Amino acid sequence: MWWRKLEEKIIYLLMVISVASLVILLLAVLTSIFVKGAPYLSWEMVSQTPKGGYYFGREGGVLNAIVGSLYLSLGAILLSLAFSLPLSLAMNIHLRARPKIVNRIRFVLDILWGIPSIVYGAFGFTLMIYLGIKASLLAGIITVGIFIMPIMVRGMDEVMKNVPVSLIESAFSLGSTRMEVAFKVMVRQTIPGIATAILLAFGRGIGDVASVLFTTGYTDNVPTSLTQQTATLPLAVFFQLGSPIPEVQNRAYASALILTVIILVISIAVRFLSNKYYSNRH
Amino acid sequence: MEDTKISIQNLNLWFGKLKILNEINIEIPEKKVTVILGPSGCGKTTLMRTMNRLVDLQGNAKISGKIMLDGEDILNTKRDITLVRQKMGLLSQRPTTLPMSIFNNVAYGLRLKGIRGRKKLWPHVEKHLIEANLWDEVKDRLNDPASRLSIGQQQRLCLARGLAVSPEIILADEPTSSLDPISASVIENQFFKLKENYTIVLVTHIMRQAKRIADYVVFMYLGDVIEQAPVDEFFNNPQHKMTREYLRGAFY
Amino acid sequence: MNYKTRKLKDQLVSLWIRFMVLLVVALPLIIAFSLLYKSWLILGHSSLSELLFSSVWRPLAGEFGFFPFIVSSVWVTFIGLILTTPICLFSAIFLTYYGSRHLLRFMQPVIDILAGIPSVIYGVWGILVIVPAIGKYLAPMFGYESSGFSIMAGGIVLSVMLIPFILNILIEIFRTVHQDLFDASLSLGASKWQTIKHVVLRKSFAGIVSAFGLGLSRAFGETIAVLMVVGNVVGVPENLFQPGYPLPALIANNYGEMLSIPMFDSALMFAALLLMVVVVVFNIISRRTIIYLESKH
Repeated sequence: MWWRKLEEKIIYLLMVISVASLVILLLAVLTSIFVKGAPYLSWEMVSQTPKGGYYFGREGGVLNAIVGSLYLSLGAILLSLAFSLPLSLAMNIHLRARPKIVNRIRFVLDILWGIPSIVYGAFGFTLMIYLGIKASLLAGIITVGIFIMPIMVRGMDEVMKNVPVSLIESAFSLGSTRMEVAFKVMVRQTIPGIATAILLAFGRGIGDVASVLFTTGYTDNVPTSLTQQTATLPLAVFFQLGSPIPEVQNRAYASALILTVIILVISIAVRFLSNKYYSNRH
Repeated sequence: MEDTKISIQNLNLWFGKLKILNEINIEIPEKKVTVILGPSGCGKTTLMRTMNRLVDLQGNAKISGKIMLDGEDILNTKRDITLVRQKMGLLSQRPTTLPMSIFNNVAYGLRLKGIRGRKKLWPHVEKHLIEANLWDEVKDRLNDPASRLSIGQQQRLCLARGLAVSPEIILADEPTSSLDPISASVIENQFFKLKENYTIVLVTHIMRQAKRIADYVVFMYLGDVIEQAPVDEFFNNPQHKMTREYLRGAFY
Repeated sequence: MNYKTRKLKDQLVSLWIRFMVLLVVALPLIIAFSLLYKSWLILGHSSLSELLFSSVWRPLAGEFGFFPFIVSSVWVTFIGLILTTPICLFSAIFLTYYGSRHLLRFMQPVIDILAGIPSVIYGVWGILVIVPAIGKYLAPMFGYESSGFSIMAGGIVLSVMLIPFILNILIEIFRTVHQDLFDASLSLGASKWQTIKHVVLRKSFAGIVSAFGLGLSRAFGETIAVLMVVGNVVGVPENLFQPGYPLPALIANNYGEMLSIPMFDSALMFAALLLMVVVVVFNIISRRTIIYLESKH
């Protein structure tokens, strides 16, 4: 019996270590970014665009990248929403009676979800050339919009699946058209869930490099139209880190910190929203 | 009266703030069939899961009272709980074959007890499959996955598997509820034979089943034991008003 | 609103929805075909076996052997999976069967944040911590000299990124194992761990493999974090402490610069196609298995 007890003790220890390592790894990643980035974070970093000589260590900030990232993600969210929302509504209302088709759509979405962002980037680039547009905010929005679409649909589908059938049926029996059921019942019922899905997609969109590497270009200015090039935060981190000049590298760390903070804020918002959603339902 | 095998004394159980069992006192006689009867949701299954300490797995369960098995309080035992559990075979509502072959299902508990090697295990496996009235049907395909058996056969396999660890008690939680009538009567008949050697505790909400095989009946309702008596007395001369109503089919 | 306009609106929206559904279902095919179309040039120029198994990479001379990149990708993915496997399995078992509800409530945000951190941040972390650690300690320990930018660094960073992804799927899978089965094994005298070892792991074996299959396809396509720490030197690496150059990094590093050379352009599109095929195949097999298992419960 002693070896069985010993085995169980060892396994238990390994399990505790594994779970603890999750926390430790998270803290390790966050602390290293904070420790390295915080000393170089200044008001100038977030309020100014790069000035002449910025990339040799002169003054300026990454406002262009911050604003560019926000524009890009917001644009992508809007574009993606035009696809995701009708699709998730259709899967849960119009096609409710045809589970086979719905399952097939879910399967395709899972595949899309699994395709790496670099492939979306390559596809976006091809599409861009085919459509005859240059690297720009618009091209980036299209690429990221396609890339986050499956993430958004999955989130929305997840909450819409759980809306009680009886609710939908009773809405139909009152004489509502499918569209009225969709927007007046389904959307209203699942608003926090939809918001969560949007935020999750936003987080993925704002943090990704590989999909925008070839499609947005890079500029030191804040873009003023869709056809202009734009910088993004992750790209700013990536490019500045590649510089041999220490001052510029330090700014990369500061930019990484800004990006991390944005992601943390999104995570907290998601948690808050989904807690609210679930406590409302029970 | 007969010897008492299990004596449950002042047992209370809460899940969180919800009280499930209330001041339970039951004497379970040795080598008899004791049927715990009652409508669903009355705490029968929880009581059974407390008897072999499966409730331990539910983190939020709080227990007070005693369950004496052969004079030892199993709620506060210093012995390894797995040894206590081996004294009681469990048969649940739906057959729960383990994801392995027929042979290995029966051998599972034996291996845990330290019996190794197919040669040593073989006679045990054969004996218990015979005991559960399954041997003739499976002797040529012991290496097939257990999931290929019919539901009725699976339940008998679970019985054989439970018997293999040589328990003294068999706990059965509505063991026939998912079976066809023929398989169900095979299981019931087995209980008749098995009570020569085992103490059997059977949870059911089917009155006819209780009538057919019980020696002793405990009637529970909403966490309370309402009445307990030998089978004839229970059905012919119930003392409690609630029991009479239940027997008349007034509530389910 | 009168009935006619309501009806008309509904029909318009239905049409829109139908269009969306078609578009989404066709999207993987559209992506695949556009990549195939673009890689047609290189496929006519070199044979498939030459592309996949030749180690000669001289784009300017028109020689495109992807073997070094494929080997790097396989190694990085393999290391990532190997390192992440024990952590994911042990954590998933602990969180499902041993931990209290409070622990799970505490750990869920930890896992979510790990999943949400962008890959460029993991890359920065890798450069700050993992790369120097390998260069100074790990590589010398094994008797190698290394700058730290290596296959190993890519694998380690990747393994951390895979944790939340695989862990979440594993927890899902363990939850589908029925309580009855657990009870049955316990009442035969098995301990909790014996039950997990002999029953749960066996019952969910296919699911576990699929979870790692999904992880594999995720790892294979991960670009930026790996690119930042892996070194990006063309050549078949001889040991794990040498730099490598995985497929996604190849695409990311050269895109934009290759436009003037059509064959190079086509070669990179072929790399993207290759990546997509590998990832999608693993994805489909794993998902099919998981769906099949879930339908059985």
